[in-house]
Amino acid sequence: MTLLLTVFAAVIATAVWYQKNDKTLLLGLLCWMFWGASLMWLVDAVFEYIELRAKYFTPAPEDMINDSFLGLSVIALALVIWVVALLIKDPRGVIKARLKK
Amino acid sequence: MACFIVPGAEAIVVTAAALILKQREAKKAALPQPTGVPAGSVQSEAKQGFSRKLFWLAGLLWGGVVLLAFEHLWHGEVQPFFPFLTAATEGAGAVAEMLSEMASVGVTMAVLVTAVWAVMLVVSRSIEKRPAAKAEAQA
Repeated sequence: MTLLLTVFAAVIATAVWYQKNDKTLLLGLLCWMFWGASLMWLVDAVFEYIELRAKYFTPAPEDMINDSFLGLSVIALALVIWVVALLIKDPRGVIKARLKK
Repeated sequence: MACFIVPGAEAIVVTAAALILKQREAKKAALPQPTGVPAGSVQSEAKQGFSRKLFWLAGLLWGGVVLLAFEHLWHGEVQPFFPFLTAATEGAGAVAEMLSEMASVGVTMAVLVTAVWAVMLVVSRSIEKRPAAKAEAQA
């Protein structure tokens, strides 16, 4: 579930990045984070599949809930990192303009 | 257990290499171009840029490492105090298992991310060539 949620987040972030085509939004940062994590969790999933075989696709409900909760938390963390980077870099000078007022 | 350490180490090396390369490219761009291309021109800027592509790899690696570190913290495999890796407090067997996982899962992670980056390089190169090919076809 963590891998699945991260892949969805990566695809959405990439689609928004392509549609907006705006460097000042720093959407590339989100894409790198989600795709990097997706690739790494894919490797994790493959190794787990080699170990568990078919059982990998039938996780216990408790594990699935925990994994989903983790996936959502990971997305939340990535979004927080992105917002903090956006506010610190302030590519559009919004914060700077507000502070000068 | 601590598989993200391997791509983390690669991320440090790649970032350092990209920063050094960026500095060299900046110095080279400041010099007059041997082919007669003026320094700082669009043509000279188009020639540089491998450091930018190295930063893509660094971005993928760092992004993955940060989120995977959080996952390991979630599962209690990493702790925010010394010795940081929970396996280090659980005896030699746990450390051996951790090292084995780093060598298998960690190395595969680093290799896969690097391979995907290599594919990105090939694709980006073909995309960069596209406008020139279209212009040639029109002429």
